[in-house]
Amino acid sequence: MKVIDKPEFEALLDETIASDRRDVVGVQDDGEKYVFDDLRSAADLALEYDVTMLSPKKYLMPQRETILEYRDTDGEFEWRAKAEPDGKVIVGIHPYDLVAIEQLDKIFIDTLRDEPYRQKRENSLLIGANMQDASETAFAASMGTATTDSGYDLMLTDLGETYAVNIGTLEGKEFLNSADVRKATAQEVQEVERIEQEDVPDLFERELDFSPALLPTILEENYDNMEFWEDYSEKCLSCGTCNMVCPTCYCFSVDMIRDLGTNSGRESRRWDGCLLEDFASVAGDENFREEVAERHRHRFMRKGWYIYERYGDIACIGCGRCTSECVADVADPCDVYNKLHQEVQAHAQ
Amino acid sequence: MRSSTTAKFDIGENEYQPVNGLITRTRPFTGADKLFEIQLPDGEELGHQPGQFVQLLVPGVGEAPFSVTSSPTKPGPFELTIRAVGNVTRALHNMEPGDTVGIRGPYGSGFDPDVFEGEDILFIAGGIGLAPLRSMINYTLDERERFGELTTVYGCKEPVEQLYPDELEEWAEGDAMEYFETVDQCPQDQEWDGPTGVITSIIPEVDIDVETTKVLVCGPPVMYKFVLQELDEMGVPDGNIYLSLERNMHCGRGLCGHCQINELYVCTDGPVFHYPVVRDKQEAEV
Repeated sequence: MKVIDKPEFEALLDETIASDRRDVVGVQDDGEKYVFDDLRSAADLALEYDVTMLSPKKYLMPQRETILEYRDTDGEFEWRAKAEPDGKVIVGIHPYDLVAIEQLDKIFIDTLRDEPYRQKRENSLLIGANMQDASETAFAASMGTATTDSGYDLMLTDLGETYAVNIGTLEGKEFLNSADVRKATAQEVQEVERIEQEDVPDLFERELDFSPALLPTILEENYDNMEFWEDYSEKCLSCGTCNMVCPTCYCFSVDMIRDLGTNSGRESRRWDGCLLEDFASVAGDENFREEVAERHRHRFMRKGWYIYERYGDIACIGCGRCTSECVADVADPCDVYNKLHQEVQAHAQ
Repeated sequence: MRSSTTAKFDIGENEYQPVNGLITRTRPFTGADKLFEIQLPDGEELGHQPGQFVQLLVPGVGEAPFSVTSSPTKPGPFELTIRAVGNVTRALHNMEPGDTVGIRGPYGSGFDPDVFEGEDILFIAGGIGLAPLRSMINYTLDERERFGELTTVYGCKEPVEQLYPDELEEWAEGDAMEYFETVDQCPQDQEWDGPTGVITSIIPEVDIDVETTKVLVCGPPVMYKFVLQELDEMGVPDGNIYLSLERNMHCGRGLCGHCQINELYVCTDGPVFHYPVVRDKQEAEV
């Protein structure tokens, strides 16, 4: 573990903003919410934040991105796949968001190669920040994602006058090369451990009543509990906001866009979500998840069971964004999981 | 069934790179369906397995998945049979030989002919569901000696919906395969001298060894439950049944999420499923 004085870290970041070919983005207070946005000065960084409106997923898998261009030049027809290699230096990522990115890496790089994602991810530098605050809807401690020892290039912990810095990768180490850093003392290492083990769990107002390892089983046992899913989704507007703000949601649609007046154009992919009404519909009037209760059930099954079956991860990292951003005020995974757990227990008695 | 998640034409900067597919021939059927023959650059073969699909891109309009309807035993261009029901398919129907589309694939898990080697096979096709099955039917006819007794049952809503009329005639008249057909009804302005009734009404007429025959089914979503119930009543074991299912797809690679049936991805785990794999999946609607 290294230690860097705060002014020294800010100088390093300002130097990066000035000289790195990549954009530097970081957590900032936009007046109403905390957001990841382009950083013009290290002084704008707000690392004491609770949660950002969107996770840094938006830089690795943008809300819209061109994946293919086509052109018709004098009868010569040409398709050209695109993978924009515009990685970012991302500063201030909370551990739960790092866990979410690790899940996406497993799917989009390690398992099913997706070049547009891989290019951005591998050209990005992820600087994490241990939590100093949590939103009132978050329950990351229960999900085991409030701290992490992987997924970052560097991880900062605020020690008052200094940051303790955990180095996760060689690229992270090299980022610190030009700065004045020193080795952490034993007391500083212990202080970081204490923060992670005592302060961070205390930040959360919500918790799961059981171990998240039980989630796949609990969800499977409630698959046919339609009364629950119908009650839960009764007020849902099917707006898809819960999908859009989720750091582990990665479903998308592909649109063909013609440049007007030309024979050229592009394919663009955009975020899509399983709560939206036509997500599972096919041409010719067939919708395979027509009822909102079916769509809600699918979302929960996917988060806590299906992804686990396929990739071994629980795809809910407890950030609470779906709860705080829900337009109809119904999305609340922590509450849903606890209620489903109660149903299973009641059933067992 | 073999699962193939990587496109054969992995030549571009990313996995979404199509190649040019030159439309070399089109053939309208009497209904809303049209056959497209598509040639790849340098006459390259698609290299598909029966039951696999391609993503087809219409410049400026969109892309959609289509099962390959020709058998890999047919050399040269491959064929798709396309019903005009959406933007992409309507645009396609306006295209002509000489026009270019984009092709990605082949994708998905199809019918592995080796699995059916030496077996008796019953094909059950409803409507445009014949398009994916035809790939396997023609495969078994082209390599006839590798398979046992072959039977096809084909049901359409009405006579004009029938695909591949020349081939249906050959199937009916030839000795290579038993062929049965029906239509739900025949409107007054159409001609039909065959049986009338839903497809399940002629399945019991089929003379097969119910214990051992492999049954391959493809049709509209509403058909599966009834056909599977009929097969169950006849005594066909679930383990002998294979289904080809249709869902919405945008990537073809197990990512975009549209085609999910519970935890399964139709684009990579299917579109051809061994029936026991999807039997208890509520979203399979079988």
